[in-house]
Amino acid sequence: MSTFNLVESPLDPGQAVVDAVVNAGDPWIHEIKKGQVFRILDLEGNQAVDTLFYNAHDPEERYSSTDTVRAQGALYLTAGTRLMSSEGRAMLTITADTCGRHDTLGGACSCESNTVRYALNKRPMHSCRDSFLHALAHYDGGLTKRDITSNINFFMNVPVTPEGGLTFADGVSAPGKYVEMRAEMDVLCLISNCPQLNNPCNAYNPTPIRVLIWDVPSQ
Amino acid sequence: MAQDINPIPPALFLWEEALPGGCHWSGIVRRGNALRLTDLSGRANVSALFYNAEEKLERYNMPDTLKAQHTAHLTTGHALYSDMGHVLCSVIHDTCGWHDTVCGTSDAGTVKAKYGEATYQTHRNAMHRNGRDGLLVELGKWGLGKRDVVPNANFFSKAVADDAGRLHFDASSSRPGAYLDLRFEMNVLVVLSAAPHPLDPRPDYAPGDVMLTAWKAGAPGADDVCRNHCPENQRGFYQTEILYR
Repeated sequence: MSTFNLVESPLDPGQAVVDAVVNAGDPWIHEIKKGQVFRILDLEGNQAVDTLFYNAHDPEERYSSTDTVRAQGALYLTAGTRLMSSEGRAMLTITADTCGRHDTLGGACSCESNTVRYALNKRPMHSCRDSFLHALAHYDGGLTKRDITSNINFFMNVPVTPEGGLTFADGVSAPGKYVEMRAEMDVLCLISNCPQLNNPCNAYNPTPIRVLIWDVPSQ
Repeated sequence: MAQDINPIPPALFLWEEALPGGCHWSGIVRRGNALRLTDLSGRANVSALFYNAEEKLERYNMPDTLKAQHTAHLTTGHALYSDMGHVLCSVIHDTCGWHDTVCGTSDAGTVKAKYGEATYQTHRNAMHRNGRDGLLVELGKWGLGKRDVVPNANFFSKAVADDAGRLHFDASSSRPGAYLDLRFEMNVLVVLSAAPHPLDPRPDYAPGDVMLTAWKAGAPGADDVCRNHCPENQRGFYQTEILYR
């Protein structure tokens, strides 16, 4: 495995304008203004944070995993990665990362994919795509299932082998690790703090995360 | 990776249509029929999206496809899953060995930056076309648009990831006459663009021509190579079959 590019942030949580905890299995939806800095902190470790971004003024422009991979010619997200939109524009830039690697291939879990991946009787279990739909149903933004396209899995490690295999290695995050990004446009952020219990993406124990927003870097 | 011919029996033949390099196409392929995509020159890329023709909100889901089969590429035995746990189509035969799932499409900006400008005004139908706009034009014919664009498959293209995740395009993966056969397990809207792969490093705009050939493949048997590829696919095929009971 290659060396991770770990970058710490100088920002002081005491100066954040938003500082909230998202409980295990809950969604979170919030606007982040251009220039603001957004941090997601893995409070207890090995928690997958499924995240979508939309242009706050034109949500048909949204985060695109394939455009992000194409733009950097590489699969994994870390400090320096520009999170690209479906229109080929940078939405946010990752400016700090103490975890080192984040996934954008693994998608979000759903009742339906759980029936295929694990067993037909897993359908009733809580899932990320149910969380997304729940949040969008209560958010007056006109977004629906149609808008759930591609997402990031912060703190998840899903290596692709040279032979083209997909593996779920995980285990790269730990309590207190965080990833931080600067918004390059006004964006709407939609998170599912993943409730998956069928695989090790949350170490079989989904836990809370902390989300913070700063208006401007404090120095 | 067999160098076989495997001709389509004339009695099962349905139709054939050329998809010139760079151009786009869409159409319905029904459950039980199959579509052969042939790379005529060895330099084709076919960006593909798939939708349930009866409920187009249900669509190809790259992550679900990859996770169910523990693969990052597509070849014989793989199923292409929708976001609803159904198999839209499956790769019953492939002479290429690797089809990309993660690199997406070119767009107007990347094609112009890489190949320069070639507009309709100067080049007529030899103009440079890009993958995203080709898909959007076809999607528009079915009442779909930007909200319906999800990560696509790129048939005949191979990009290998190293340990750091950097992608390396393998221009030698396909060859003249390479083909794959997609059997449709549902009635599916197929949307294609034959514009160049976004990571193809070759400097000239010369996307390869493709032949589309449809035939009656029939329903997958109990011993089917895709159904039995893994337990996940057995569940996926079951859930797809009960849709039609």
